Amino acid sequence: MAATRLYTKGRILGHKRGKRNSRPNQSLVQIEGVDSKEAARHYLGKRVAYVYKAKREINGSKVRVIWGRISRPHGNSGAAKAKFRTNLPAKVFGASVRIMLFPSTI
Amino acid sequence: MARSQPIAPNVGRLSRSQVSAKRGLFKGKKTSAAPAKPETPAHTEKTVGGKANGEKRLVPTNKASKYYPAEDVRKPRVSRKTPGKTALRSSITPGTVLILLAGRFSGKRVVFLKQLDSGLLLVSGPFKINGVPLRRVSQAYVIATSTKVDISNVTVPETVNDSFFAKAKAAKSTKEGEFFGEGKEKKAFPEEKKSEQKAVDAALLASIKKVDNLAKYLKASWGLSKSDRFHELKF
Repeated sequence: MAATRLYTKGRILGHKRGKRNSRPNQSLVQIEGVDSKEAARHYLGKRVAYVYKAKREINGSKVRVIWGRISRPHGNSGAAKAKFRTNLPAKVFGASVRIMLFPSTI
Repeated sequence: MARSQPIAPNVGRLSRSQVSAKRGLFKGKKTSAAPAKPETPAHTEKTVGGKANGEKRLVPTNKASKYYPAEDVRKPRVSRKTPGKTALRSSITPGTVLILLAGRFSGKRVVFLKQLDSGLLLVSGPFKINGVPLRRVSQAYVIATSTKVDISNVTVPETVNDSFFAKAKAAKSTKEGEFFGEGKEKKAFPEEKKSEQKAVDAALLASIKKVDNLAKYLKASWGLSKSDRFHELKF
């Protein structure tokens, strides 16, 4: 089989924050291969999925997802802010997320 | 009061409404016909005393309401706005090869045929090449490529519309039937959908054959691989 990955990889850097206070309603995401603010703008609105496994099965599956959307670029180096349906817990920092290719505008 | 075991003399466990809900009489088929209502005339004639009153008078059976609104209540105006058709992305034109991004056939390349009334895109694999049947997709879940297939000779029959894709309602399975394993047989794929698929695909396949490697291209699925920069890709 050829490549069938239909998402770009991303990494959760942390919550949006100031010097002393963190604002957990938005999370910072580093998208793979994106290193400028302009490039990060291509991903605005795209759905983000944090996929993880838990002990207890729900509907016959141990896999769970927290969905979110890329909301705006963050800084000049290609990071982006993402808003998740439920705020990401702090243990997710450093974990990889999937940046889906939809909603597509191409 | 079999359902409502008494917890004390004359005190049932369940309230009246709970008992009636449990009895579930409202569920059953209504067998008795409603009794025919006797027709009442709008006016009845009454004799009235008093010389100047003309002896008889028509009295309405239902009194008119005493309340008369002194101020007019404004009726909201009927809106004449109707939802318009979804605008198609400029990159998507009939014949464009699309890449599906989500769902059962994600990663497959398909040919866009036309936009349906609901705004969804009508798409075909064609089925013979990559296994994607006639299908509806939202344009948000699709990448438009610069490849185009000539579909000038393809006619989509009128029957292929939004209702064509609506699911047939399954017959309600009774508990008894479930117990005996009835209705478990797999339903055969409807024959007319098969023939519609073939009718549309025949012309489509012919025009695909004319272009070198186009069939191979449609057969191959698409996906990102390592170090691909999605935002720099040209489709």
